[in-house]
Amino acid sequence: MRFSKNALALDPARETERIVGFLRQNVRQNMRRGGVVGISGGIDSAVILALAIRAFGAAKVVAVMMPDKDSDPISERLARDLAAKFGIQPLLEDITRALEGFDCYRRRDEAIRRVFPEYDAAKGYKAKIVLPQDLLEADTLNVFSVTIVRPDKSDQTLPLPPREMLEIVAATNLKQRSRMSTLYFHAEARQFAVIGTANKNEHAQGFFVKYGDGGVDIQPIAHLFKTQIYQLARHLGVPEAIQKRPPTTDTYSAPCDQEEFFFRLPFEKLDLLWFAQEHQVPIGETAQVMNLSEVQVQRVFDDIKRKQRTTEFLRLLPPMMDTPPAVSA
Amino acid sequence: MTNDPARQEIETPIREFIASSLLYSSEGFKYADDASLLREGIIDSLGVVELVEFLQKQFNLKIEQQEVRPENFDSVAKLAAFVRRKNGLPGGA
Repeated sequence: MRFSKNALALDPARETERIVGFLRQNVRQNMRRGGVVGISGGIDSAVILALAIRAFGAAKVVAVMMPDKDSDPISERLARDLAAKFGIQPLLEDITRALEGFDCYRRRDEAIRRVFPEYDAAKGYKAKIVLPQDLLEADTLNVFSVTIVRPDKSDQTLPLPPREMLEIVAATNLKQRSRMSTLYFHAEARQFAVIGTANKNEHAQGFFVKYGDGGVDIQPIAHLFKTQIYQLARHLGVPEAIQKRPPTTDTYSAPCDQEEFFFRLPFEKLDLLWFAQEHQVPIGETAQVMNLSEVQVQRVFDDIKRKQRTTEFLRLLPPMMDTPPAVSA
Repeated sequence: MTNDPARQEIETPIREFIASSLLYSSEGFKYADDASLLREGIIDSLGVVELVEFLQKQFNLKIEQQEVRPENFDSVAKLAAFVRRKNGLPGGA
């Protein structure tokens, strides 16, 4: 095959029809009567909402906004604009109290304080965790650091020791799991399906929480690269403000985009490089088309492979054993 | 693998740490010293962080984030060479 920068171009109308058919067939097959979508003000959930409404009609789709006290208020505003554009009234479920019940914030903040004793969310400190940047320039491994932003806007980053890394991630994952529970409440109360919003980048590289945002009944866009989601968004008429918003985790109190949190590279480059790797395009040809060195291309290929391999367990069902052998009489 | 006692002061504790703390193995480290820890799936990102912490404590090092790269962390041999280089010992080239 010939690799070019247009390799990920979609026929958005045809892909829309394909996904709408997939949604209808699978949701009906599982005896569900409609769909529930968590809308975040981001591009993926916006596309899913538009597709679900095409598949089932607005009366059979529930859109739920689930902010917590760390969420950027812009997210709710964009989610409301989206729902209005597609003619539905969104539900608001603030999950802050649920998270307080789980002790999410205390557990997370205690772990941050062991790295930064001065950190105090009540005094206006904010925090996020990040991976090393500049994947093209340096082949650093995926080791998280924690960044605090002080009330005077100065920031500082330090490496995260293993225990603190695990505790911050585990506490923060309570957010995605609380959202999953909330979506299933609304789905089960109506005999609807929970519709997942993960794209290929998130699903295959493991940028999701098992039984959190990964806990859904159907994944209609997990086969599409992020840059292809933008093509669908344009076709489906997703509001411009959502299309222009940089992809964010909106999970940590300090602003954190998906590139610094996980992907380490702009999607325009990452997606094409990943496509080239999947289609076994020679490194030399890939480097030439992408205007990169072969070393840079190899770094990205290695990073993709590492993420896929180390997150494999997220995508697996719990292993089960065979029936025990019969006991002879 | 080598039987040189001086070399084993670094390689042996690294092998033992990986076997006991990352592989949960009671049978020791069964791989060659130049086996790729990343490609073989022996360590994941948490394993890398644990290795950083172990090396810092065991060999009294301060490891910077930009040093946590495959050329330093991808095998027992590379880890040992990295430790030697950081401590100014021979064999760290």
